[in-house]
Amino acid sequence: MTASDERAAGRLALPRYSSAAGVHPPLDSPGYKSSRLRAPSQPLVPMPQRLTEITGPLLGAERVTAGDADLTTGRGGEPLGERIIVSGRVLDSDGRPVPDTLIEIWQANASGRYAHQVDDHPAPLDPNFTGAGRCVTDSLGRYRFLTIKPGAYPWRNHFNAWRPAHIHFSLFGRAFTQRLVTQMYFPADPLFPLDPIFNSIPDPAARARLISALDMELTQPDWALGYRWDIVLRGRTATVFDTEGK
Amino acid sequence: MSEGITPSQTVGPFLGIGLPWPDGPFVVPPGTPDSIVIEGRVLDGDGQPVPDALVETWQADPDGRFDHPDDPRGRAAAHGGFRGFGRSATDPSGNYQIVTLRPGALPCPGGGTEAPHLDVSVFARGLLDRVVTRIYFADEAEANAADPVLASVADPARRATLIAARAGDGGGTAGDGACGRFRFDIRLQGELETVFFDA
Repeated sequence: MTASDERAAGRLALPRYSSAAGVHPPLDSPGYKSSRLRAPSQPLVPMPQRLTEITGPLLGAERVTAGDADLTTGRGGEPLGERIIVSGRVLDSDGRPVPDTLIEIWQANASGRYAHQVDDHPAPLDPNFTGAGRCVTDSLGRYRFLTIKPGAYPWRNHFNAWRPAHIHFSLFGRAFTQRLVTQMYFPADPLFPLDPIFNSIPDPAARARLISALDMELTQPDWALGYRWDIVLRGRTATVFDTEGK
Repeated sequence: MSEGITPSQTVGPFLGIGLPWPDGPFVVPPGTPDSIVIEGRVLDGDGQPVPDALVETWQADPDGRFDHPDDPRGRAAAHGGFRGFGRSATDPSGNYQIVTLRPGALPCPGGGTEAPHLDVSVFARGLLDRVVTRIYFADEAEANAADPVLASVADPARRATLIAARAGDGGGTAGDGACGRFRFDIRLQGELETVFFDA
């Protein structure tokens, strides 16, 4: 390392991202069978946030092409099912919008079947629906997808297990620390009380933040229902580290 | 402050629909001079491969800089096509692979130096939140000995789970043009379980 690097190191003023303690599901959630052999058994080791953690890939427009946010066109014909608009804002927990950040989604079709070789649920595939979409938030952190409402589907976690309808979301934010993969649900799904993945989130208020809201402002008359869902990533505060003051 | 933060959920078994990119494993374009390959397997608590995982990496460039506004030092030099970010889905045998440049060492905010490393996120069915680990390099023994994160793991056997070993003769293979290969297996659970961090 050069001397100028050393000097710079003494003056590094890095943001710090807030803790998400108590928000995310515990990795070891016995009700979710797949976690039994995959959840680490050792406690996580605390790691201070340094340069690698407070930076991250700023992936944006270069990863998205026109039409990626519309899952209903581009496959020859229109997919079957209930056309919906899913839109909202990406914010941090201090209320600031997260602009220019990549969002990737994937989902089952209207019958509850994924266009994936591993999915053997005997429900029809839809040749006009792959179920993958991408977009980049605008300068106010807003995003918008046009898609089909996914169906509920059975899985083999326990006898007669069914997942509530959901759309998978992947977000980067502005830092490694903000990375989030989650699922968006639909209002008043009767499967909520029965789903060990949804209920793995310990705090009911946090759980409720994964449920979108029907929004008649977003709804387009004679065309598509609108569901609004805001996503909140860990917030940041500037913190100055000064070795000279020690 | 955790108020209002959106909770995590598992990527599930069908992440292959939405997340892999054709160029995901290539932090630098194929054939980039001085590129290295980091490869390994993701294994579960029975030692069985995890065929539906996604491994992501984030790292400094060879000068120890980040192309990011919150790196107050800025970049020292361009490194053609270096993205800093890698993403590899595992194959049916649990293998992942990243083609990249070796990262430089980093200054710590409070003084001291972090040894060259990559931050790693692992996503999979069965993981309700990502798990985070780090890849260090076995041939950086001196820098590793002074690294504060490695030092925070007291047990030498556990610490060793964070070190990628050199694999093969460094001759590279057709297609990747790499000048060095490193092996880093990720054991999600059980004996020799990889150290995972809470940042």
